[in-house]
Formats: sequence, structure tokens, C-alpha cells
Amino acid sequence: MKETQVKEQKQGKKIIPSKTPAPEQDPDSRKHNFDEVTRCYTEEQALRESERCLNCRNPQCVEGCPVRVPIPRFISALKQGNFKQALDIIKEASLLPAVCGRVCPQEKQCEARCALGKKFEPVAIGRLERFAADWVMEHDLASPPPVLPPTGRTVAVIGSGPAGLACAYELSKLGHQVTIYEAFHEPGGVLLYGIPEFRLPKRIVAREIELLRAMGVVIETNVVVGKLITVDEIMAQFDACFIGTGAGTPKFMCVPGENLNGVYSANEFLTRINFMRSHSFPVYDTPIRKGTRIAVIGGGNVAMDAVRTALRLGAEDAVIVYRRSLEDMPARGEEIVHAQEEGVRFEVLTDLVRIIGESGSVREIECVRMEQGPADASGRRRSVPVPGSEFRLPVDMVIMAIGTNVNPLVPQSTADLQVTTWGYIVADEKTGATNKLGVFAGGDIVTGAATVISAMGAGSKAANAIHAYLIRKKQI
Amino acid sequence: MAKILEKRLIRQPDVFYYKIAAPLISRKARPGQFIILRLHEKGERIPLSLADIDPREGTISLIVMAVGKTTHELSQCSAGDNIRDLCGPLGMATHIENLGHVVLVGGGFGAAPLYPIARSFRDEGNRVTVIMGARSRDLLIYEQEMEQVADRVVVTTDDGSKGLKGRVTDALSMELSSGKVDLVLAVGPAIMMRSVSEVTRGTGVRTIVSLNPIMVDGTGMCGGCRVMVGGETKFACVDGPEFDGHLVDWESLMNRQKTYVAEERESFESWKSRHERMLGKNNAPVCE
Repeated sequence: MKETQVKEQKQGKKIIPSKTPAPEQDPDSRKHNFDEVTRCYTEEQALRESERCLNCRNPQCVEGCPVRVPIPRFISALKQGNFKQALDIIKEASLLPAVCGRVCPQEKQCEARCALGKKFEPVAIGRLERFAADWVMEHDLASPPPVLPPTGRTVAVIGSGPAGLACAYELSKLGHQVTIYEAFHEPGGVLLYGIPEFRLPKRIVAREIELLRAMGVVIETNVVVGKLITVDEIMAQFDACFIGTGAGTPKFMCVPGENLNGVYSANEFLTRINFMRSHSFPVYDTPIRKGTRIAVIGGGNVAMDAVRTALRLGAEDAVIVYRRSLEDMPARGEEIVHAQEEGVRFEVLTDLVRIIGESGSVREIECVRMEQGPADASGRRRSVPVPGSEFRLPVDMVIMAIGTNVNPLVPQSTADLQVTTWGYIVADEKTGATNKLGVFAGGDIVTGAATVISAMGAGSKAANAIHAYLIRKKQI
Repeated sequence: MAKILEKRLIRQPDVFYYKIAAPLISRKARPGQFIILRLHEKGERIPLSLADIDPREGTISLIVMAVGKTTHELSQCSAGDNIRDLCGPLGMATHIENLGHVVLVGGGFGAAPLYPIARSFRDEGNRVTVIMGARSRDLLIYEQEMEQVADRVVVTTDDGSKGLKGRVTDALSMELSSGKVDLVLAVGPAIMMRSVSEVTRGTGVRTIVSLNPIMVDGTGMCGGCRVMVGGETKFACVDGPEFDGHLVDWESLMNRQKTYVAEERESFESWKSRHERMLGKNNAPVCE
């Protein structure tokens, strides 16, 4: 970091131009372990960074936050050393600060709007949020929020990922009895199976879920809604229900060789490791193939998680193959930098053509170079293959991280639930209400794959709408 | 958690019958579906076909051969033990309708899931013929039970020690040439199901096979169980497990089933040596 401090007229203070760096594990050692890469700020670092906040009267950072965390207020509490109070302020808006502080794409949200960012680096809002959450957890001061007296109303929440957890949290605070149904054997959804330990330690998710249980939320695992119980059966037993089942089903490219052994969807690869702990095979029973030279197809956060996980499993060469440019990558900036530091190679403007096998397993991939044409409807420049630019990369594992399609289980089993052409549930943007009375939905099952924070936001919004619905219902 | 209510050895030395308390699953499960279980905190999730469903009793039954680590661990459990995680019913049920003459083909202990399927087809008014094959008479299972739900049971053994000497495909060919067959449904090892599909190919007889690829979640989330059917990628866990046998890419399916052969052996061998060390000492139960 540049140590030159620039004099700032405003508030007569010196502004430190750069973010206080967060301690990080050294790339050479971290790529061999699953411990968290970015460490938490110390109290001194947090105080120093919080001093950078200008406490704007009209804070744009809050506008940039999907759940509108009162950012200047919590940072003010930090400045005064009131760390627990800072967390309480965050929790007015966000259920999972320890999670969001770690995984939110802050550079595209709050930090992108930071007034300081116009001239210098923005305030490290994410790191400060995480500090508040970790500090409280470390000091064992986390406590469930006050819960209103029981209303006698019951709500079922389908899925225990960020949308479902946020919805359950808000409803439970309002005194409603919430039951979460989770298909897997542990609750947490993508926070458990998707995001790797080195980015989001599982004990953090477990702690948040314990808080929910302490508030009286009942979590039923191994319940596949659509199979064991349908939405209509749920509605016969509950006053309302929220569907937060996520985006679910991995996409494949339908290129030749995609079903060879050694080709994984990122979902499968990450689930085997994050959720089934196959990196500790045979202590844990679920196996995983270990690639020596691996290629990950895609440029999102999931692709970065997969490629860095593969490194930690012992891959000697790991490459990201992405059809657009580095600037177009949807992954968080920090994840791309971390991947680069750990030695991941980036083959950008490159597309997968086919996977070539030998004795049933992957031996190499054939790729083609792409060039960018004019911008398409989404504003991104279309990539088109450069004829004759095909080349091969020797790899023994390929991970497809090109996104997901909707999981059909809930929509298919709920005949009159309105869905889009792609199968996503049609829900009101503000309330999450679906066309079925009392049935609400939010998160990736509505929007398609997005972020943890936007799913949480949808869950909270729906909770408020469900609360209003339950009150109306009571009056009728 | 789900309690094992009954366990018995039904074929020496390693095929067991388990009846499990699962009131909710038993109410929803239909023939052709499967469950996924996990025995303990470090356990693998394994899919198993339903060998029977009894909603009145609130139970499901499984017939499992101890082949790898998890199935061996399961075989160490007894009545009264709990299975940590039981998830289901999963997959699409067999499409049951009155077609006329239905021929069900089972190989080895794969014949077990045919029991509830046969019963449903007969209840729907079909004439049901079950062809069951094994290498030798000692390896046949569920023959008497099948007699109760099928109009006719044809047994084949490779060595001729019981029934027709030959393979299930030989019996199926005879069946096809001796009368009208409206549907063939095969459950068992992939190689057997492929052979069955080859026998009916070109005869115009619809042939359904119940595929058993490797799975993790069983809910369409991982894509590990993907199979090519008619040139399209299908997920056996949500689109199947039953598919048109004439459209399945068998080579790819069988190749993918071998993904973890080395790891499965390693896992089993290490369990076995630990288990043998423990035998005679305090034989800690695996189930909860």
C-alpha cells in the first residue's frame, strides 16, 4: 500500500488513499490448504480503516447494497470501538454479515458507490462488515435477536440457502413459527455445498444456523419438496410458504467428450469436496478424482472456486478457459486476483470445442480462440470463433462452470404455479408473491443464478410481504 | 434418522433384506423410485432401489448386496439400528398402465425392485411375466415372492442348475417369438439391460431400462448421473431412472460407472482391514 497520505480538506482530516490491506495467507502456502485465504482485520486495522469513512450525509454506498445495510452508521460505531453495536446495526438489514462480508461482490455494489472511491480507493466496507461479525463471534457475544410473541401463524420455507435462511430469520423475529425444509442432509444450501472452505469456513454458516434454531426455527433435512411433499400439501398444513430452492441444475455445453470420466460439473466437483469432504477421502467415504492438469470452463465465481479448489487437491497446472475477455468476467475481482496469485493460468477469449479421451477418461481439450465483435443486447461484446485458431491443451480433468438451469422438482410438482419460459418461478419483484395465494418465492429460483446477497434480499423482502399477508389473512 | 425394523440374510453370504420405518416416504413412494441413504457423518450418499413399499405399515424395504464399503457397513447394522439420513422418494416412478402383456426382466439381485413393479402392473390388469436370471440357482433371490405378484415366473441359470439353462435374453427371445409382448422392462446390471435392449431392438416392443449411474444428491443438482439418451443429456436422478433402452448410450453409461473403481476398492480395503482388526474386540456399530 502507498503510505503517502493526502491532505483532505473535508473534515480537516487526512485521508489515507488506499484500503487498509487485509492479512492474507501467502499464495504459495495457501494453495496447498483449505484454510481461509483472507484473514480478518485486527482491531487496530478495523479502526484505521473505519476512520477512512467520510460518513456522507447522502450515503450512496447504502444505495449500492441490495439489502441496504446502514453502512455509515455501522462504521461510525466501529470508529468508536463499539464493535457489537456495529454488528447489531448491520443485522437490522442483513442476516448473514459474516457471510456477506466475505462473499459479496462489494466492488460492484456498496464500494462501487463509495464517495471516497471517486478519488482514492473506496472504504473496505466488506472487510469492516466481516470484522464486526467475526469480532462478535470471537468474543462469543452473538445472540439471537429479540423475537416477538408467537402469532400462532406457521410458514414453511423450502430450501435453506441464503434466500430461505433470510426469510426464516425475518419471519421468526416477527413471531411466526417457521419450518425449513432442506433436501440435503445439512442445512446451508450453496453456502455449504458451493462456496469453498477457504473462502467461507463452514463453521461460520453453522453458527448462523444455530442462531436460527435458537430463535425457534425448525429445520427438517432430507426433505425433497416436490417428491416427499408438494407445495400444495405444504399449503394445507401451513399458513404460507416461501420457495427458495436455488438455481440448481448444472448446464453442460453438449460438446463431444463431455461425458468422459474426469469431466465434472462445478456443482458436482464442489459438492463432493465442500459438502461430502472428499478431499479427505478415504477418511470420508465420498471419492473424487484428482486432476494433475485441469481446465475449468467459465469465468464466474463458481469457476474461480472450482479452479482454486482443484489446485488445493494437488493440481500442478490449472487453467481457466473463458470465451470473453478478462474484463468481462463476472467473478469478484478479489477472486480473480487470488486465483492469479495462486498460479492459475487464464486462457481468455477462448472457447472449448471438444474433449478428447483415452480409455474413457479425459486426455486433452481442443479450444478455439475468440475475437470480440460489437456489443450484444446485454451490453457485452459478442465473442466469435477465429477460424483456424484451434489448439489443444493436455488436461486430465475438465470442470464445467458455465452456469445453471432451473431445478425442475418444485415447478414440475406444482401444476398451477406460473413459471417463465425457462422454468423460473414468476414472482413479484417487490413482494415475492407468486400467482398462488400464500406462496412466495425468491432468490435464484426466480432470478436465475445471482449472488448470496441478492437472494438474501429477496428472502427478507418476501418475509415482510408474508407477514403482511398473514396479518391480512387474520383479519379476514 | 430412520430405524431398521427388520433385517435378514436372503442370499448367502452377502445379500440382505432391510425393512425400514419411513412413514412419509412410504406414503409417497411408487414402484421404480429410489432412495438415497447415508449411514454416518463421514458416510457417502448411495442410491438404492425400493424393493417394497408398504404405506399402511409405514415402511419401505431394500435388498442390498454388500459389495463396497457403505453396503458392507449397512450389512453390519441390525434391526433397531438407525440410518442417519434417508432421503426419498427420488426419481420418476414406473409408468404403470394396462398394456396387455408385460415382461419384466431381472438380473441377479437386481430382480428385487421388480417386485413392486410387477405387483402394480398386475393390479392395473396386465398379464405379467417375470424373467429372472442368475449364474446359478444359489444366486437367485426373491423367486417365491415374485411368484405371488406375477402370472408367470421364468427362471434362467447360466449353469442350468435351475430353470432354463442360459441367459435372461434367451428366455426373452422365446417369449417374444411365442406370443405378443407389449412392454419389456429390465432392471439389473447395465450389461444385462443393454443385452435385453438389443434383443428387442427392431421388434417394435417398447423396452424400458432402470439405470443406475453414480449419484451424489439425487435431486438434479450435480449432474454426476448424466446419461446420453437419444443424443440428449439426461439426469438419471430426476429425468429417470427409467429410460427407453433403445436410446441409451450404453458405452458411456458403463464407462462412467467405472469412474471410481480404484477409489471404491481403496475405501473398501481400508474399511475391511480396520473392521477385521476390530472383530473379536469391541465391534463398534456403524449405524446410530
